[in-house]
Amino acid sequence: MGEAFGLAIALVVSGDADLIEIVALSLGVSLSATVMACLIGLPIGAFVAVARFRGRNAVLILMNALMGLPPVVVGLLVYLHLSRSGPLGFLGLLYTPTAMIVAQTILIAPIVAALSRQVLEDLHAEYADQFRSLCLTRVQTVQALLWDARYSLLTVGLAGFGRAVAEVGAVIIVGGNIDHLTRVMTTAIALETSKGDLVMALALGIILLVIALAVNAAVQSVRLTAARQAYV
Amino acid sequence: MSDAVVISSAAFPSAAKAPPVLPLKVRDLVLRFGNSTVLDGVSLDLGPGGCTMVLGPNGAGKSLLLKLLHGLIAPSSGQVTWGGQPAAQVTARQALVFQKPILLRRSVAANIDFVLKARGKNRAQRDALLEHVGLAHKSDQPARLLSGGEAQRLALARALATDPEVLFLDEPTASLDPASVQAIEAIVRDARDRGVRIIFVSHDIGQARRMADDVVFLHRGRVAEHSTASDFFPEPRSSAARDYLNGRIVV
Amino acid sequence: MAQDAIIVQSTTSTANSGLYDYLLPIFQDKTGITVNVVAVGTGQAIKNAENCDGDVLLVHAKASEEKFVAAGFGTERTDLMYNDFVIVGPAVDPAGVNGSTDVQGALAQIARSGALFASRGDDSGTHKKEMALWADSGVDPTAASGGWYRETGSGMGATLNAGIGMGAYVMTDRATWISFENKQDYTVAVQGDEDMFNQYGVIPVNPEKCPNVNVDAAQRFADWLLSSAGQAAIAGYKVADQQLFFPNAPGN
Repeated sequence: MGEAFGLAIALVVSGDADLIEIVALSLGVSLSATVMACLIGLPIGAFVAVARFRGRNAVLILMNALMGLPPVVVGLLVYLHLSRSGPLGFLGLLYTPTAMIVAQTILIAPIVAALSRQVLEDLHAEYADQFRSLCLTRVQTVQALLWDARYSLLTVGLAGFGRAVAEVGAVIIVGGNIDHLTRVMTTAIALETSKGDLVMALALGIILLVIALAVNAAVQSVRLTAARQAYV
Repeated sequence: MSDAVVISSAAFPSAAKAPPVLPLKVRDLVLRFGNSTVLDGVSLDLGPGGCTMVLGPNGAGKSLLLKLLHGLIAPSSGQVTWGGQPAAQVTARQALVFQKPILLRRSVAANIDFVLKARGKNRAQRDALLEHVGLAHKSDQPARLLSGGEAQRLALARALATDPEVLFLDEPTASLDPASVQAIEAIVRDARDRGVRIIFVSHDIGQARRMADDVVFLHRGRVAEHSTASDFFPEPRSSAARDYLNGRIVV
Repeated sequence: MAQDAIIVQSTTSTANSGLYDYLLPIFQDKTGITVNVVAVGTGQAIKNAENCDGDVLLVHAKASEEKFVAAGFGTERTDLMYNDFVIVGPAVDPAGVNGSTDVQGALAQIARSGALFASRGDDSGTHKKEMALWADSGVDPTAASGGWYRETGSGMGATLNAGIGMGAYVMTDRATWISFENKQDYTVAVQGDEDMFNQYGVIPVNPEKCPNVNVDAAQRFADWLLSSAGQAAIAGYKVADQQLFFPNAPGN
């Protein structure tokens, strides 16, 4: 463990080019997927939060269940679609970062939708009377809820990002763990583990953890600033 | 802030040329939740202008009556019409200030801007509105860090931003300090004087005396009495209202 | 330039042992062609190539490879290089097979003694080879699956980690073993039987089945590997002063 810490520090301090490339790709892919998942998941979560329709309970159950999608299954489904022999093979996206973003987006969009639905429904319960008095349209209501819940939704996005950046099952299938092309932190850790270089694997794991901590700390400090203004 | 503040007519443009919302006619209004009957045949007529105070003991259904009149909830049976139109059709021409102000997680100014934008009104009115309720100096502050009195004044400014023809107030000064009560009453009085129809629920008999042009006394889900203020306070006709004014608890 | 990149669907041993890290820069310098390697088990590599998700297949299961070509997915299969399989085991040697050069005998001995044996169990080239050797030894180890016979369903490295963790014998290709860094007290117990020969082959994917393949670049890569320059490069790759792969392309 101490050896791994030492190696982790040495890798970071020396500015290891391969490491920087892998870290940058990890962050790039997972942040992109988080943005995409928010663009898809937030409107869905908001709609389900404010709308009452037949089958709403079934939708809630489905959304919550999809939060537990196994990454390998998502990876396999995306692989089957993006494979040259699959329906979207002509796009030539398999074994590219785009494919990894697609897979992670599918993986975490349900998380964003389900968690934001809860956050927005709670806020809507507080605002509903006022909004009805103001005769807001549904679109105005959703916009206002999304804006006023923005700091809570930041945490929702963070939950999605955390899941994306930590998963290996989906990206290794659709990305192929190709050196200098689709290798990210988690697939690099898997590779080092399979090479038996446990110290390197652990060192990469420590670096991934530190990155996750840094992202969380940044979001938390934004939230704290907002909380001081009672905007959360 | 004071009564002396003059609001330019530009800040409160005249109402749209829709059919008038008054008179209000309420006929045999019943509201039930499961087995309990909250309102049990309320009938009421209100003409244009003035401030109607709605009084009554706890649980008389005052707040729910306001929501029914405002068209926020539908009655189990009975009718509410404003100038012949169903309540839900005129909601946008009315505003309701809740006992506990529901403020957005934004700045004071942004709370007003939100309503002006939603109603497609000119945002230039915002500063005049904040000036009017004495919050101009708090414009950039987070709304939810305001004191209770300030928060309620902001809620009032936001209600006025919709340029309402009817303003409902649901115990807006409950648990506020005397200075805040006075400030809010002044704003409401000013609105009434400019022709906004005020329908004001209160528990505070002193406030009712200060504000009322007429009084609706609710008891056991019905209108026990509807009188002018000058008739009601010296000599209420109903025994329930008499007991209430004498400070005897009636349920 | 996109047309100057190809994807190689490869077995893991060639990737995990570092061979590609050594070979590919040489090839890239010469040709400007970027070679992207997807390292999975032989079984999965063949399936991926059948889905047209690769330009070149480089694996080590001759029978499967010939079927791949016969089915029209590959243009031509050529022997590329070889090394051998070994069985590694803990120092205590619970089955008493240390130093054996008779792989079928050693496997039978392991089965008899009930010593733990960790298998890939993933339809990879190594797994296919192991199953063939068990069949030769007259033992059906899958009957004991979950008992002394443990199928990890994972890659070579993961299976070595698991096997070493539980004190089990593991069959591995020598290249992976030499470059493996978590050996602990494990050593090679069984080696030197000619039945443990491990042949690697290279197959360009057939453009008639897969019109998307970068056929020119794929062919250039395969040709280079089989050329005297490529063969010399393979022979030149050493880990801990040991040669991992022995080139044996025809005509060299």
